[in-house]
Amino acid sequence: MKYWTFAALAIVLAVGLALSGANEYLFFAGFVVLQAIVLATGWNILGGYAGYVNFGVPGFVGVGAYTALTMHLLIKAPILVQIVAGAMLAGLLGLLVGMLTLRLRGIFFSIATIAVVYILDAVVMNSRFLGGATGIQLTRPTDVWLFGTYTRMLFVVMAVMAVIAVSVARYIQNSHIGQGLRAVRDSEEAAECSGVPTLKLKLIACVISGALLGVAGAPMPMYLSYIEPASTFNLHYAVIALAMPIIGGTSHWAGPLIGALILGSLQQIVTVTISSELNVLVVGVLLVVFVVAAPDGVIGLIRKWKTSSK
Amino acid sequence: MENILEVKGLGKNFGGFTALSDVSLSVRKGERLGLIGPNGSGKTTLINCISGALRNEQGTIEFQGEPLGHLPAFARTRRGIARSFQIPRPFHSMTVLENLMVPLAYVGGVSGKKAQAQALEILAEIGLGEKAHASSSSLSQVELRKMELARAMAARPQLLISDEAMAGLSGSEVDDVLDILIKLNKSGITIIMIEHIMHAVMRFSERLVCLDAGQVICAGDPKTVVANPEVHRAYLGD
Amino acid sequence: MFGLLLGCFYAAVSLGLSVAFGLLDVPHVAHPALLIVGSYGAYLLGGWGLDPLVSGFLLMPIFFLLGMLLYRFYYETFESRGSAAGVNGLAFFFGVAFIIEVLLVLGFGVDQRSAEAPYIGESLRIAHYRIPYRLIVAAGVALILTLVLTLFFSRTFVGRAIKAVGQDEGALRLMGANPVKIKQLAFGIATSVNALAGAMLIIVSPVDPTMDRLYIGRAFCVVVLAGMGSMSGTLVAGLILGVAESIVLTLFGASWATAVAFGLLLLMLGVRPQGLFGR
Repeated sequence: MKYWTFAALAIVLAVGLALSGANEYLFFAGFVVLQAIVLATGWNILGGYAGYVNFGVPGFVGVGAYTALTMHLLIKAPILVQIVAGAMLAGLLGLLVGMLTLRLRGIFFSIATIAVVYILDAVVMNSRFLGGATGIQLTRPTDVWLFGTYTRMLFVVMAVMAVIAVSVARYIQNSHIGQGLRAVRDSEEAAECSGVPTLKLKLIACVISGALLGVAGAPMPMYLSYIEPASTFNLHYAVIALAMPIIGGTSHWAGPLIGALILGSLQQIVTVTISSELNVLVVGVLLVVFVVAAPDGVIGLIRKWKTSSK
Repeated sequence: MENILEVKGLGKNFGGFTALSDVSLSVRKGERLGLIGPNGSGKTTLINCISGALRNEQGTIEFQGEPLGHLPAFARTRRGIARSFQIPRPFHSMTVLENLMVPLAYVGGVSGKKAQAQALEILAEIGLGEKAHASSSSLSQVELRKMELARAMAARPQLLISDEAMAGLSGSEVDDVLDILIKLNKSGITIIMIEHIMHAVMRFSERLVCLDAGQVICAGDPKTVVANPEVHRAYLGD
Repeated sequence: MFGLLLGCFYAAVSLGLSVAFGLLDVPHVAHPALLIVGSYGAYLLGGWGLDPLVSGFLLMPIFFLLGMLLYRFYYETFESRGSAAGVNGLAFFFGVAFIIEVLLVLGFGVDQRSAEAPYIGESLRIAHYRIPYRLIVAAGVALILTLVLTLFFSRTFVGRAIKAVGQDEGALRLMGANPVKIKQLAFGIATSVNALAGAMLIIVSPVDPTMDRLYIGRAFCVVVLAGMGSMSGTLVAGLILGVAESIVLTLFGASWATAVAFGLLLLMLGVRPQGLFGR
């Protein structure tokens, strides 16, 4: 029950903030951090729990974003419908890539995910409906529920999505499926011989992970009032989606959360104090440092500290 | 007495290399079968085909009267075929107990307290009772081998295939593992043992099959097989 | 025709990866990033008036050492700890590739850089075709490189040891060779080949720091198409890619052309993952 109390509190906090008179910038920045939490948590379900590294995060995020765009252009769908549609298509993409490559070794899956980004990028560039290379400008709808501005509403929506994402990760981790995925990650052969249907579990992880990445991407067009392929299919998403769980810890649902909060705040600090190019470098360096020196992330470090101080 | 396993005309190629050619063997229910042959003769490939890790190109495999066809490995485990690996493959992020909980859950559908109790029972039988809560990555070689067997047992198999479980172990450790296998067989499990340590093979097997270069060159009573000049030639070369 | 020459070049780019990934099984996604570093190296040395090919050769020993060090580090940190091929190794190389890209941007800016040499910009005229000299030079070097490497791996002791270590480490140890040192050597060779390939890249077209992403697709496509570790297979696969890309370029335009490599890669993985020449 303790977890759900915190989850409920988080949502109440988000709503409270949105209704208050706090500075608008808080919601712009907050949205980005919440999106990062969804991104990191989603990635980790396949990457951390099952051990399959998805480099094609921008592709899945892009599918979410462009599906949401399509829904908006075609039927002026409300934001929640956009998100669900984005999630479904991104999940489907996960299934396709999984079916194609999960019978092979992990690295082929990873390379296939890179391929996905380029192919999707080419598709969008060649589609006038989706805006091609120049992109599309959007006007935001006026329906902001009770929150005053559209940004605040998106902030609350994203907060709810973040809670959903983390709850899903927690559920999977503690379930039968999580146990099977851990076995797959540790030794796929031994898992098969212990009765674990490895392919089925990997595909499930692929779909859920993909769907969550799509959820992270779906609100983008509305958030920016603009969408174009270059920034949507940006490698940046891939690096942070990897860095956050590795920094926080890949074996636990709290890891991506911690990583997102650390990296999110760090990025803000660096951008404001030093420069925004260096910001990107910092992410990369932190990724490498943690992979080499602290592969179990912050959570791993905490565990070690706990056992050594006994 | 029916046969629990019928292998007929099995063939397996890797590109241009023929690993198995027209291999046939039957295993009686409750039997202790020893599988021997020099390195590279195809023993591990054979059990990989039986367990489902590899797909055979020719021939059929029938388990308990039912053909296995293209059934994936995990489904074969659920039907009752378990195997241990030559190089132990523990679930290294889990404790010994948790390692056993995986097959208990995925083959037997048992979880929670009931699974824990069953797992502890198996570990006690195998002699790993005290290590139940130890991290599997902290075990010694012989303990890892025992855990491999324990984990295979947790899948409640009718047929257990042990792939060189004793390789590299000391004399007393070998006897230890051998006793476990004999005890398991007494409780009704058919066991196929691949091994190079001859005295263990002779002590254990009721029947021997010898492979060389992907073919069965001799099968039958252990003493007869071991005395066979073909078998000698296979091991020592021409 | 254009496609064939381009294909030779793609083959050269992928040779290093064929060794590192194909033979040694290292998830070296930073390979194309190192390629670009080679190009920028040639560019820098070009500032002193050196022909890019010469720069390439000069850079080879440096890259050789770099490769050895990189492998050593990778081995100590990942393979010996047993968490090897998993998430961590991949993430490491990905992080390295990303850092290289960012450093290049910080150092050289995002604009394209090109090299100068007498054969760049001029073309050979045969009938009504114009074949740029620079492509001929690149293709020529690529062919020679492929030949040299094929011979190296089949004739010399070291070469064959490298081929063996990918398949059976144990046997190699029994022969008295140290597998780690051999892998290190192989990785060094792979990286130094990369230096030369980088020099060729800047001959063939202008470079910018983000090109490594394109070449991840092309290089892995060629390696997978060829089948792991086959040098001559790499040449054929490179040619196939080169021709395919050229055809798509003419028929559908540039934005689809870059997706060709990835498309072929996915196709290959789905249909015949061991490649055309692999086992």
